[in-house]
Amino acid sequence: MQTLTQRLANPTHFMALSARLLPWLAAAAGILIAIGLYLALFVAPPDYQQGQTAKIMYVHVPSAWLAMFGYTVVAASSFGLLVFRHPLADVSAKAAAPIGAVFTGLCLLTGMLWGKPMWGAFWVWDPRLTSVLILFLLYLGLIALRSSIEDESLAGKLTAVLALVGIAIIPVIKFSVDWNSLHQPASITRLGSPAIHTSLLWPLLVMTLGMLLLFTSLHLKAMRNEILRRRVKALRIVRADAGAIMAQQSAG
Amino acid sequence: MTPFRELLSRELAIAWKDGSSIGVALGFYLIVITMLPLGLGPDLNLLARIAPGLLWVALLLSALLSLGRLFESDLEDGSLEVFATGPLPLEAVAAVKSLAHWLTTGLPLALLAPALGLLLNLPPEAYTVLVATMLIGTPAISFVGGIGAALTLRTRRGGLLLALLMLPLFVPTLIFGISAISAALTNSEAYGPSLLILAAISLASVALAPVATGAALRLQLQ
Repeated sequence: MQTLTQRLANPTHFMALSARLLPWLAAAAGILIAIGLYLALFVAPPDYQQGQTAKIMYVHVPSAWLAMFGYTVVAASSFGLLVFRHPLADVSAKAAAPIGAVFTGLCLLTGMLWGKPMWGAFWVWDPRLTSVLILFLLYLGLIALRSSIEDESLAGKLTAVLALVGIAIIPVIKFSVDWNSLHQPASITRLGSPAIHTSLLWPLLVMTLGMLLLFTSLHLKAMRNEILRRRVKALRIVRADAGAIMAQQSAG
Repeated sequence: MTPFRELLSRELAIAWKDGSSIGVALGFYLIVITMLPLGLGPDLNLLARIAPGLLWVALLLSALLSLGRLFESDLEDGSLEVFATGPLPLEAVAAVKSLAHWLTTGLPLALLAPALGLLLNLPPEAYTVLVATMLIGTPAISFVGGIGAALTLRTRRGGLLLALLMLPLFVPTLIFGISAISAALTNSEAYGPSLLILAAISLASVALAPVATGAALRLQLQ
């Protein structure tokens, strides 16, 4: 009797299940992001100090959350690979790293566009910004390490070690750069009621859910592509071997 | 002699007889510190203000130079496989290699730093704290750097990759090292907390990093 996780971790089951889920997830992501953008741009009131510029928040904040979520996915998958040695965990870690890097880049980019009118500079060496930049560099390190090792199985395991070292050190980096910050403190995930008005909160929540579904759809799609790529590679090796044997036989 | 001390004396003997890696690291440190005032202009007040940061960043770069080759020659001549089958676990081998790297690179660089501080017009009251932060902080660089050296052992362009992987992880060491010196410059008693956190980072690295380095070495040898 297999447990649920064991059945899901079987690549054949995973391919069948993800093929059925993916269109629904992608459609829900598209619809929610469309609704969220409509609410954010046309329904939510502009900020009394920042005007329309504050609407960058509806992309900036979900990107920041997904940047951290992406690293959590990479680290959890890496843990799964090193401890349970399942190849699907490696596929998941490999697929999540570039997506997480893109959301981190989006967070930095929207933050810079927001910072110019509000703080008067695209970039300030503020703790929040610095630690997100370092997270971005960690993502780049993961991608670079994986692509520079030819043996795919070894590359996966070594990258997993780096991802776990990274998650151990991220809190230290966060803490080390966290002095007096120019960036505002957390206003939604704090204890008690959120510090922003519900007319601003609703579009943000819709956008966050939509972008989370977008992340999940992209991740599933990338995992499917990676599994197919590995199957094609395995088939090519089999065919090349068969071709070599045929050539030998005809020569002999 | 225990295997631990035997391996350490072997590493130190190799570093001493070869000699070039210590020389290159010290020479690189000297060159970087010489080039910076040429680029920034000879304003002594400016140099004194940014000296702690310059000394620390240049030290990190110099230490990175020799980190890439930490396990390389042992992999090439097969010593690493002998270590793997020897009496010491690979974690302990990693710890000895990192310790030897610190003794032959971190320690000489930290001792050279005050001489280079003179070139940058570092105020006299900062020298004790400068050497203290570097002596306390450099073990973290050698031990965390060991992880990177083990991960990039079989990669193309390992040195560049090592810098990309490791520099983000050196950020806490750098920040608390510099903040201790800056605190000592403004208020002579306030450097204590930063120095203690720096010590905590170093001790944690010494205790935990060899586990990751050992795991990476084991994967490399499979």
